[in-house]
Amino acid sequence: MSIRNDYVRPIDFKLGRINMTHGAGGRTAAQLIDELFAPAFDNEYLRQGHDGALLPLPASGRLVMSTDGHVVSPLFFPGGDIGSLSVHGTINDVAMSGARPLYLAASFIIEEGFALADLKRIVESMAAAAREAGVPIVTGDTKVVQKGKGDGVFISTTGIGVAPVGLCIDGRQARSGDAILLSGSLGEHGVAVMSLRESLEFETTIESDSVALHTLVQAMLQALPDANALHVLRDPTRGGLATTLNEIAKQSQVGMLIREADIPVLPQVAAACELLGLDPLYVANEGKLIAICAPEVADRLLATMRSHPLGRDAQHIGTVQDDANGFVQMATRFGGRRVVDWLSGDQLPRIC
Amino acid sequence: MCLAIPARVVQLLPSYRAVVDIAGVRKEISIDLVSDAQLDDYVIVHVGYAIGKIDPGEAQRSLALFSELAGSEGVV
Amino acid sequence: MKYIDEFRDGERARHIAAKIAAEVRADVSYSFMEFCGGHTHAISRYGIADMLPANVRMIHGPGCPVCVLPIGRIDLAIRLALERGVMLCTYGDTMRVPASDGLSLINAKARGADVRMVYSASDALKLAEQHPGREVVFLAIGFETTTPPTALVLRDAMARAATNFSVLCCHVLTPAAITHILESAEVRHLGTLPIDGFIGPAHVSIVIGSQPYEHFAEKYRKPVVITGFEPLDVLQGILMLVRQVNSGRAVVENEFSRVVTSQGNVTAQALVSKVFELRESFEWRGLGEIPYSALKIRPAFAAWDAERKFNLRYVSVPDHQQCECGAILRGVKRPADCKLFGTVCTPERPMGSCMVSNEGSCAAHYSYGRFRDTAVVVS
Repeated sequence: MSIRNDYVRPIDFKLGRINMTHGAGGRTAAQLIDELFAPAFDNEYLRQGHDGALLPLPASGRLVMSTDGHVVSPLFFPGGDIGSLSVHGTINDVAMSGARPLYLAASFIIEEGFALADLKRIVESMAAAAREAGVPIVTGDTKVVQKGKGDGVFISTTGIGVAPVGLCIDGRQARSGDAILLSGSLGEHGVAVMSLRESLEFETTIESDSVALHTLVQAMLQALPDANALHVLRDPTRGGLATTLNEIAKQSQVGMLIREADIPVLPQVAAACELLGLDPLYVANEGKLIAICAPEVADRLLATMRSHPLGRDAQHIGTVQDDANGFVQMATRFGGRRVVDWLSGDQLPRIC
Repeated sequence: MCLAIPARVVQLLPSYRAVVDIAGVRKEISIDLVSDAQLDDYVIVHVGYAIGKIDPGEAQRSLALFSELAGSEGVV
Repeated sequence: MKYIDEFRDGERARHIAAKIAAEVRADVSYSFMEFCGGHTHAISRYGIADMLPANVRMIHGPGCPVCVLPIGRIDLAIRLALERGVMLCTYGDTMRVPASDGLSLINAKARGADVRMVYSASDALKLAEQHPGREVVFLAIGFETTTPPTALVLRDAMARAATNFSVLCCHVLTPAAITHILESAEVRHLGTLPIDGFIGPAHVSIVIGSQPYEHFAEKYRKPVVITGFEPLDVLQGILMLVRQVNSGRAVVENEFSRVVTSQGNVTAQALVSKVFELRESFEWRGLGEIPYSALKIRPAFAAWDAERKFNLRYVSVPDHQQCECGAILRGVKRPADCKLFGTVCTPERPMGSCMVSNEGSCAAHYSYGRFRDTAVVVS
């Protein structure tokens, strides 16, 4: 038997586990990059092989940057995993300023002992999500923490995008009279994740709605003769629609009135929420957006959303109004009224 | 005063357990307290236990009562 | 969802509301207490108050087992977790109840206590069997609806000889609480709290039946209508109370007839009396000591009684001085009457029991209704 001098035993992705050397920056760490991250995320910037990526500046516009940490548990859930979630989440954050996402950076904090098979699955899921969205992961980092000091893996992603000069889409722009549009049904991500939590365990075919929304946003912007008729874009993630609307109401110093009958919720999501005593208004979404726009363009914007695959179930759900107290009110199905408050604490399943 | 919802029994299991279905969501629960529950019965589920059963006839009667015109009792 | 959606139909709701409006007497004031936290929640969530005529007033009662759990009982649970290293299991509702020293179960968890939220009592027993080296304690709260599941778990723990499992029993009883309210000074002597009838508990009644309420109708001459939780049920229940008041009757009627019978769930009742017995007295947060209002574990199950096992002694801890929970739970004051409401006391930082659970009067009002307190209500 002859052994090549440059032979390096390949990483065992089937049975191997992460150990402290994978994060130490030495040979093992480099091998992990060479055999996992680089081939999965492969793009011209990554191939440069620098610590940081050298990126061309866009010809015009303003830069938008966003960052997010992902600590979802369980790591794998119906419709996605922490990897795809981290890609979609940051792309969406960048897209919510009306920007076109350009590049992503990904940083991994992995617990000692984490199965390499799981890491590979997550990384490949991220790569697929990034490819599908057309947004490359151009730089990254890996650290390993001692067993017991992490929850398997935490992923942090940062995104950079470019928005046209003069575009002003942010949480302070909502005005009295504006229309509130929602791109689709609520609660799927939260329900999908909760269905796997120990002690809750219910069977459902509900999948997380995790998806990159930037193409929907671009379609919406292009449909408007004046992009500044679109005042606010936001994705209702943690805390759900209720929390997001309250945030915007506070930032813009307005009130809102939404209609319960117009808010879409899938029957299974409604049922799961009933079972657990949760309110779909407060359950996390990862593939929906809220658009607040000038009333004159509402119909056109709604039509545009509905003609896009990610906005088929879009609805006009309410109106912004003057209110010194900043209440988000909801007209219930019975013509009654109630306040839709911020989420207090964590939504915990109720018995009462 | 407690969160409990009606769910349809779709599978009976040993040891007084059952699988129930609410609009496509399925959960395994105990039917220890409603041991005569049958397939397609609707039971009221509270914290993982069936505590009672719906009487479909009474449910229909209730709905009919709601829709009744005023003029039955005590109208001014 | 069958048996849910039909009972939330907006059109039928408006129809019943119209009947109520047509049948109330203009010169009469109707005050009904809904006992259950579930009804308080439903009324707020569906905006039912908006659909009632101005002379019909709903008073929120103390039927929220989380709200009436005294600080001292939570302290016992927290101490077991923090000082004795037990795995403390409880329902989600209990996690945020504020106890002594700025602690709650969720804060204790942040400090390193092993506090686990469970959806079902059986999950606690399962955890005990999965962790044979740990002591597992289940903090059991709730009215009569939630008591049978705890009884089942104790029966199973005994059958499976789960020696590392025990229950800290804080189960309370509905009729005792209703009596306490009806006997209170404001109702009986001062007459400052008019209660013309009760919207009776829905799910508690599935277990205990409609028969136990006949006592209130007879002795105190107050109508009781056992009512389901869906908005149509609540509106129909109110209509039935209005009709009884108008015709001077005071009987028990059953609106929730699709599940509640006169006898209730006999299997569940038998099981409960096998495992539990009455406590002579039990402190309710905001209401003080109420005789024969709560349950404790029978001697036969002593080995699974956390109070005996860990030699726990209950110490009463008073609420914040300015907390008006007691008066609010008795229906004498409203949330907005409390100086702490909405400022010092919010759902994030509850000072008293009424703010803790979504069903406490103050929490319900804060989350769903406080916009009505303000002068400006934009339509």
